[in-house]
Order: sequence, then structure tokens, then C-alpha cells
Amino acid sequence: MPGPNKSYDPVEVAALDPAALDAAVAEALTVFAAADRLDSLKAARLAHQGDGSALSLANREIGALPPTAKAEAGKRVGMARGRVAKALAERQSQLELERDRRLLIEEAVDVTAPVARRRIGSRHPLELVSERIGDIFVAMGWEIAEGPEVESEWFNFDALNLGVDHPARQMQDTFFVAPPDAGLVLRTHTSPVQVRSMLERDLPLYIVCPGKVFRTDELDATHSAVFHQVEGLAIAEGLTMAHLRGTLDHFVEALFGKSLQTRLRPSYFPFTEPSAELDFRCFICGGSDDHCRTCGGTGWIEWGGCGMVNRDVLTACGIDPDRYTGFAFGMGIERALMLRHGVKDMREIFEGDVRFNTQFGMEI
Amino acid sequence: MRAPVSWLTEYVEGVPVATGREVAASLVRVGLEEEALHGGGIAGPLVVGRVLDFVDEPQKNGKTIRWCQVDVGQNGQRVSEGTPQGVVCGADNFTVGDLVVVVLPGAVLPGGFAISARKTYGHVSNGMICSAEELGLGSDGADDEHGIVVLQRLLGDQDAANLTPGDDAIELLGLADEVVEVTVTPDRGYCLSLRGMAREYAHATGGTFADPAEMASAAPNTSGYAVRLDDEAPLNGREGCDRYVARVVRGVSASAATPPWMQKRLTQMGMRPISLAVDVTNYVMLELGQPLHAFDVSTLHGPIVVRRAQPGESLTTLDGVQRTLYPQDLLITDGGTAVLAIAGVMGGAASEVGPSTTDVLVEAAHFDPTSVARSSRRHRLTTEASKRFERGVDPDVTGIAAQRVVDLLAEFGGGVAEEGVTDVDHRPARPRLDLDPSLPARLVGLPYSHDEVVETLREIGCDVLEMDGAGPKTPTLSILPPSWRPDLTNGPDFAEEVVRLRGYDQIPSLLPRAGSGRGATHGQRVRRVVANTLAGQGFVEVLTYPFVSEKNHDDLGLEANDPRRTTVRIANPLSDEAPLMRTSVLSTLVEALRRNVSRGARDAAVFEVGLVTRPLWEPQAAPVPGTDRRPDDVTLAQILDAVPPQPRRVAFALGGDADPAGWWGPGRAADWTDAVGAATAIASALAVELVVVPDEHPPWHPGRCARLELADGTLVGHAGELHPKVVAALGVPSRTCAAELDVDVLTVASDVTVQARELSTFPVAQSDVALVVDETVSAAALESALRQGAGEMLESISLMDIYRGDQVGPQRKSLAYRLVFRAPSRTLTTKEVNGLRDRAIATAATAVGAVQRGA
Ligand SMILES: [Zn+2]
Repeated sequence: MPGPNKSYDPVEVAALDPAALDAAVAEALTVFAAADRLDSLKAARLAHQGDGSALSLANREIGALPPTAKAEAGKRVGMARGRVAKALAERQSQLELERDRRLLIEEAVDVTAPVARRRIGSRHPLELVSERIGDIFVAMGWEIAEGPEVESEWFNFDALNLGVDHPARQMQDTFFVAPPDAGLVLRTHTSPVQVRSMLERDLPLYIVCPGKVFRTDELDATHSAVFHQVEGLAIAEGLTMAHLRGTLDHFVEALFGKSLQTRLRPSYFPFTEPSAELDFRCFICGGSDDHCRTCGGTGWIEWGGCGMVNRDVLTACGIDPDRYTGFAFGMGIERALMLRHGVKDMREIFEGDVRFNTQFGMEI
Repeated sequence: MRAPVSWLTEYVEGVPVATGREVAASLVRVGLEEEALHGGGIAGPLVVGRVLDFVDEPQKNGKTIRWCQVDVGQNGQRVSEGTPQGVVCGADNFTVGDLVVVVLPGAVLPGGFAISARKTYGHVSNGMICSAEELGLGSDGADDEHGIVVLQRLLGDQDAANLTPGDDAIELLGLADEVVEVTVTPDRGYCLSLRGMAREYAHATGGTFADPAEMASAAPNTSGYAVRLDDEAPLNGREGCDRYVARVVRGVSASAATPPWMQKRLTQMGMRPISLAVDVTNYVMLELGQPLHAFDVSTLHGPIVVRRAQPGESLTTLDGVQRTLYPQDLLITDGGTAVLAIAGVMGGAASEVGPSTTDVLVEAAHFDPTSVARSSRRHRLTTEASKRFERGVDPDVTGIAAQRVVDLLAEFGGGVAEEGVTDVDHRPARPRLDLDPSLPARLVGLPYSHDEVVETLREIGCDVLEMDGAGPKTPTLSILPPSWRPDLTNGPDFAEEVVRLRGYDQIPSLLPRAGSGRGATHGQRVRRVVANTLAGQGFVEVLTYPFVSEKNHDDLGLEANDPRRTTVRIANPLSDEAPLMRTSVLSTLVEALRRNVSRGARDAAVFEVGLVTRPLWEPQAAPVPGTDRRPDDVTLAQILDAVPPQPRRVAFALGGDADPAGWWGPGRAADWTDAVGAATAIASALAVELVVVPDEHPPWHPGRCARLELADGTLVGHAGELHPKVVAALGVPSRTCAAELDVDVLTVASDVTVQARELSTFPVAQSDVALVVDETVSAAALESALRQGAGEMLESISLMDIYRGDQVGPQRKSLAYRLVFRAPSRTLTTKEVNGLRDRAIATAATAVGAVQRGA
């Protein structure tokens, strides 16, 4: 094998044979194409591109050529080596791709296998509805007020214009705390929180009070001794029933969507005057079925009471009823949950069966 | 309160015929909410039939059935037209020739009861002969109220003579009449009468109200039955009885029957016809709203004296109950001695009108609502009379109602009214009230005109005078509310009448701008974080009733003197088994866990955030100040102090596997670390540091109970595994773990604004140490010593392993820690790190006697 053809050590070399060069390239290309794995390609590379390969030798021989022949031979050999290198690179990347693909296929798993490796918790839907209601009012600039569940009778009844002889005081089905002269009850509504707020907070006042309330009802499909209410109270100068209706309309739309039709109908509460009940159009029959079980055929479902705060209540809380007016409302949260999510039986809300909660997720 | 449509519309003119549903829809607009619809729902063929023949056939079951041939005439039915029909009947109170009501196949009776031909007792029965009850008619006067209706008896022979078999009996008996039942709110006592309901129906429909009370009544005179009003202890300055009308009717036929139309109406109203005298008083009460009482004159000896009860008096009331009377009870007495009735509530058995009564004293009185309400409440006795008096009865209708009773007894009982008319009248004058006519508009937000306001108030019966006000453009209305509306006492009351009659649907919708809110409070946000963290840890939120029992405390293993046994007790609990308010949330939460397991859940993790009641006080009565002004600060503080503290807690419990088993491998049983871990997760979520101290505290396992404290030692709660005995007593899965934390304490502790630490980006250096200590040394104590010794460069410390065994000897354990060091502004050298580690070990050696393992 001739050494490098250095000018100070001229070596007699044979002229490069173009045919032999082409043959070498063709052979290399064939072998590369035939290599079906990266290791066989590596062997082919050593054979056809390595130091001992025909093209490497030919390259080395260029130096030995007379200067006149060098350029032409260099160009020819360079092109041949370029073709081989390109073919090798292509094959290399092709085989790498194949290898990667094979590897990923080998690593494939059945992603449909169930993966309940950790227990999934959840919130109670009633609490979520309650939070959502709070958020609706907070977004309007109202605040959330709270109070105790064992409450003084004065807050729960007297201050709300429900004196001891008031017929409505008997209708409340109250749990009394022993002994009776303790003057304590389990609050029958969240209205005592309104009284506390009026006594404690500055005017104007815009609050909602969501919370647990108690009545001596046996648990059945539509009743529970413990249930939840959200009450709202707004006291400012110049508030009217129109503001009450506007607030309720917004509340209903935010919670139930635009499609729910409502009405206000005259009613009576000792703590408001004028008073009203808020009814929903029956979402089952829309008022078209005289035998509808959901609405009893009336076409309407009662949600809660409301009205303009009674002057006597304002007076008892130290608010000048000639200067300020206010409105208040109180709605059942269970009923909202039942209507909004089609819960048929009140008992499911209070039994604590985890299957009930987990249907709702964490955002309702 | 019920109202048959036919009766209601008798008093309202100019309104088109309406169905029950339509009447209810009108009434709800003026505030009388529909409760139910009764009656109607009947479809023919229901016809008059004549019994042609029958055979009594004794049956094997001891019953005798009557196989009848009934002429049902030209009834328009293809099958039965003109041909006598065979009908099986179970009753025997009729005979051949009687006219009866026959329901034929194809008919529907009230309650959706469809009639078809059916085979029974060996015959094909083509329908049914109807009883009064089946037709919703009540009794037909015969003793057997389940007996067949015989039309000659029901309508009288004269009227029955005009009937022909085949006539429509629905029309004949008014069976299609619907009855609307509405809820009457406590302010509208006058609507507990057809008179009041019809007035409202007229308001709702624009019809003209024809007042049934507009009738002549005999003028009072001095020759009537003596009555003395003798209330020596009026309540709130109001006389217990301010008007008493007494009339006497003599010679009422003891056998006189109540006319069928009246019986029918009483039945429609949900009352049972009893006897003419009783039925007439009930009927007039329903018609005019005035409760009435009929005494048998022959049982009376002296004048009627109305007075308060004296200690020791008692009365056996009409319901047969002997009642000890309270000194505040207002009584009707015979000459001041024998008690005849608790005024406005119920009469006594001794003076009751009975089958032999011929002379009747009719009482129509007006009693103080408060007095009646208190008697009714004290005796737990709510009657038709007490309901009305409590809500207010029209004091102007008293004499008219008595007259109406007298007239009806004369007409249907053949009685003769005595000349004497007693009317002891102490009615106070009703005050006129001033109203600013712009108030309704200002309160409702609708521009009602002056005339609209005046007109509406007159429509509801007010006497309205238009006065000049203080300024030229501020007229005032002087209003005398009608006698039947004691509820109208101030401006908003009148405003409600205006908006009610003009329509609630007219109220515009206008959103007020509150605009000053500060968002949810820290405490409210903390609560959401606590709940969401636990949900993220795999716990399911539940809501439980906060009622517990002594047994529940026993099950939880609470000592006799445990403060959690100091409870608030409910005087009238839902169940005697749970009369106490819970003092821990865990005490009611465990039941939810148990229920889930009993319903087939092998593993369950639940939590609840809620209030507990922890009375710390000797119960003391809260003052009950008046409501005419804000209570003074001292009184207000006393009311607030009387309310027991009710801290908010979170409790959680889990049983079974904490991590589920599956194809990936076995599950991991829940243990104490899950409870302590979840508690720690809550604290981390609130950026509060918890200190864990071993504790013995029921209901937890004494060796597996962690007391959780704030850095300053404030108790936050407990977590760990439940005591095995508690687990057994509660029926929850073995090794159930639980915790209860005070959310209020966490709220206060987390109410700080965290200041950020600068994060060092220099490399960390870690160093592992294994230390041997006595079994009694807690991991927390050892870690605390290591932290103290390692100093500020210590970034974190992790307990990697706990070893017990031969290599460390008995009652000893080895704890392996990884200490991670990092300096804020440079790279620590190995020498420095070793020095810090050695200092940590030395401190641990001094503090808890730790020895480096292998040393
Ligand atoms: Zn419906």
C-alpha cells in the first residue's frame, strides 16, 4: 500500500481508475442498504468508509498525483466519498428511527387498565352549592355573615317581630334547649344572623347568611330536621321591592341559568312587610300537568320567602325605619340542590353515603 | 282552609264560571296559596236507579250479599239502556222501590276509582250502588254511615218524586263541585271563612263581592239571657272578652236532620255532620268566620259569667279530657261557678248539646287573640275556634253570626227564637291611622298614583279620608281599617295591600349596587382550604345530624368527668335516643363511616366540618328585652353571653385500605399515619406549623394518639388510631383511624401574612446519621434536638428509617435521618457540613441521650 504522496517523497502511483471508483461506491451503497440493524451498518461503515476502505486509499493516493491531475482526481474521489457518506447517514438515521420505534412499541402498556391507586375524595354537593351562592353574592359586593346554631330566643324570635304570642312562633316547630327558661333554641332560620349583623355592622349593609337550621321534622323524602338556608339582607336608604326582585332575578339566573321562570306571590312573614314567596315554574311539567308530583299540579315550586324588612325589626336593631329601608330573603339550599341536580330524596343528602357525593366532583 | 267552588262563587258576582284550578290560580295572586284540590274527578255514567227486586244470598265467609235488579232507565249507555241491571251490593239499608245512585261500568269515582262490570259472588255485577262516603257526601242521616244513599231519605220524598231512573246523579247531587284548599297565612284570619275567601276571590278576579254578613240582625235588648263579663286580669290591658252575644232558641226538634246541602258543604269542608245544632254553628263559622258555641239551656242555672280561672279548677272538655285550668285561662262559667268552656278554645262535656236538647243558648263572642292563643298552647289544644280567635275574628260580625244561627235553627229545627237579645259590647274604638300616600310607591318601587292608593284601600274595606298634610303638596290619608283586618297597623301594611291588589307581577326588577364588599373572610377561606385539602387527601365530605346520646359518649369511652359530657340538652328532641348537642364532630361522623361500611363499602374515608356546642357555663336565662328600641349594651352582652360557645371543628375518619388494592399490587391498610398525615396536610395548606406530642385521649388508642399543638402549645386537636374498644362499640372497621381539629384555632393561627424567605441557589450538602435512643424518646423530641443543634444552615430533615432489633438492644431504637444543609450565600465545605452534623448529634446526645449507631 503506498504511503502519502508528499512532495519531498514522491511516490509513483497508478492513476485512479474511474470505473473502480464507481464500483467501490456502488458496493458500499449496496452493503449499506442491506444492513438491517445499526450494528451491521457499523460494520459496513468500517469496511467502506474506514481507513482501509478503497475510497480512503484512493483519497490518500490523490496526494501522489502530479499537480496537473490532482484537481480532477480530487474532485472525482470527493464526489464518490460524498455519495457514500450521504448514503451512510441516511441509512443510519433510518435504522435509528426504526430502533426507536421498536423500543417504544416494546415499552407500550395497556393504558385502559384502571388506575385507582389512590382514593379519590370529594366535597358535599350541598356545601358546594352553598359556596357557589356565597360567591355569587360576594361578586356583587355583598359579604357573608355567620352566627351560632344554638341561639337565643330573642335573636331567633323576638327581635324578628315574633313575640311569644305570635301564631307564627308556634308554626316554627322549634327545638328548645333545656331548661326552657334558658331562652335558647336551635335556630329555626338563619334570620338571627341578620339581627346580629344589624346590631354589629355599619350601614349600608349587604350580607348573605348561609347556614344550618333546625325544625322538628322527621326525615323523609322532602323533610329534614336539619337543613340549610341562605338568607340575604340589604339595608340602605331608598331600597325598594324592585331591588329585591332585581337581586333575586340575578341570583336565580346565576345559580340556575336564564331559562328558569320565577314569580313573586304575596305571603306573610312577621319580619317583613310587604312579604312575598319566590316560586319557580315547575321544571318537570312546566305547569301543564294537573297530576304532576313535583309541583302538585300547581305548576309552581316554592323556593323561599322574602320581603321588605319590617319596621319593627329595624327598630329593635336600632335602625331608623324612617330613614332606611331594607329587603330580606331566605331560600332553602337543599331545595336548590334538589332542583338543580335532580336529587329526588332529601335523605340522600344527610345519610353520608359516599356514593352520593362522589357523583358531583369538586365544582358544581 | 277549603272553599267549594260553588259556595265561594255564591258571594262573587260578575266572574265567569271557573274550574277549581282556575280559582286556585286567582287566589294565589292575592296571597292564598293552593294546598290541594278536592272533589271533582268524577265521570259518569252515574245515574238514578230504582231497586226492582233483590235476593239476600248468605255467603260461605259469613257475609250476606244482596243480588239486586235495578232499573237504570234511559241512561244513554248502549249496554244498559232500558234494561234492568244486575248489581251485587254489600249493604242492606234499602228496600224494593227505593231510589238509589248507581254507578255504571265506564264511570270513574273520586280518587281515580274506575268502574267496570266484574264477576263477584257468582254474578256479573254491572256496576255498583253507591254509599254516601263513596260519593263524598258524608252521612245521609242514617245511622250506618257506610250505608247506601237512598234518595227519598236524602232529598225528601217530595223532591225524590220528581226523579226518573236514568237521571244524571252527578248533576243532581252536585258531585262535580270542586273544593279548593289554600294556605291562610297568620295575618289573614278573616280568610278562615267563605266570606273572607270570597272577598279575596273578588279582589283577584275583579268580581263584585256580595257580603253574606250584610243581613239584618235583631237589635240587642235587656230581656236576653244574662251575661256578665268579669275579666279581672286582662292581658296587656286588653279585656279577654270584649263582646258577648247570647241568643236562646227553644223547641228545636231533637230529631230534625241537617239539610243535605248543608251536610254536603260541611263534608266538603272536611267536617263530619253531627247534629243540627252543632252543624249549624259549624256552618255559620265556615260562612262568616265567627266561632260559635251552642249550650243546652237545660243544663244552665245562672247567668253566663266570663272570668279568668281560679287555682284548682278543672274542666272535662268535649273531647273527653279532664283538664286542670291555668289561672290565666279565660272561662265561660255558669253563674260564675260551674265551668262551661275554655273561652274560644273548647266547650265542656256537661253543657254540650245532645240528642235530647231542645233549647239552645247560642254564644257568639269576641275573645282576645293573645288570651286564646295562650290557653290553646297551654292545653296543647288547637281547635277550629282557637285557630280563628288567635288570628283575629271580625268583632263586628258577632251579632250577625248569632242571628244566622238562630235563623237556621228556626228554619230547619222548628225552633223559636226568644225575644231577648243579649249583646254585652265592650269593643274599644278602632283607631284611625295616618298614611303618607307616597309610601307604597317608595317601598315598592312602582309609581302608584295617589288615586290608585286611595282606591285600593277602599277596595279592601278601609274608610279613607284625604287630609291636608304638613305641606301643600303632602296630603295625608287618614285610614280606618275594616273591622276584619286587625293586621293593618302601619304604613308598610297598607303598602302591601296596594302591591298585592295591583299585582306582584308588576314589580320591576332593579339590581342594587352594593359595591363595598371585602370578599370572603379569612375564616371562610380557611374552611374551604380545610375541606378541599381533605378531599384532595381522599376523604369524602358528609353532613351529619349534630345530635348524640349518653350512650354515644359511652361508646367513645369518655370518662365520667370528661368535659365533652357537658352538653346542651334539647327539651323536645326528635328522638329520646339523641337528645344532646354534640360536643365533638367525630362523635356523629363515625356513624357515617359505619353506614358506608354496612352498605358494602370495604374502605371508607369521610370528613365533616361543623359546629360543636361546648357549654362552659352554668346555664343562665338570657334577658328578653322589648323590641321597641335597640337593647342597651349591657342587656345585649347578657343575651350574647347566654349563648354557649360553638367552635367550628373538622373531623375525619377512615377505615379499611387507605390505598386501594388492584392489579398493580396489594392495598395499604389505613393506619395512624394517615390520620396524622392528613392533619399535617391541613396545617401545611394553611402554612401553620404543627407540633406532634404523644397523648392518651379517648376515643383514641392510648399508644397511638397524637396531640397536635401550635408552636406555643395551643391545642389544635388529636389524631391517630381509635381505641379497639371504641371500634368494637361503634361497629366501625378494626384499626379505624380518625382525627378532630379545631378550625377556629387554625383560623387564628393562620391569620398572618407570610413573609417570603429568599431562596438560596447554592448547592446542597446532605449528611445521613443514625441515632440510637431509648424507646421512650419520641421522634419529635429527637428531631427537635437535631434541628436545634444543626442550626440555621439546616434546610430540611427527613426520618428515613426506624430500626428495632438485636443490633441496638432491647427497649432501644435506631432512627436514621437525612440532614440537608444549604447556606444562603456560599457553598458549604465538607468540613463545615460535618461540623454541623456533629453539633446536631451532640445536641441530641445531651437532650435525649442519643448515641450514634455503631459508635
Ligand atoms: Zn309540575
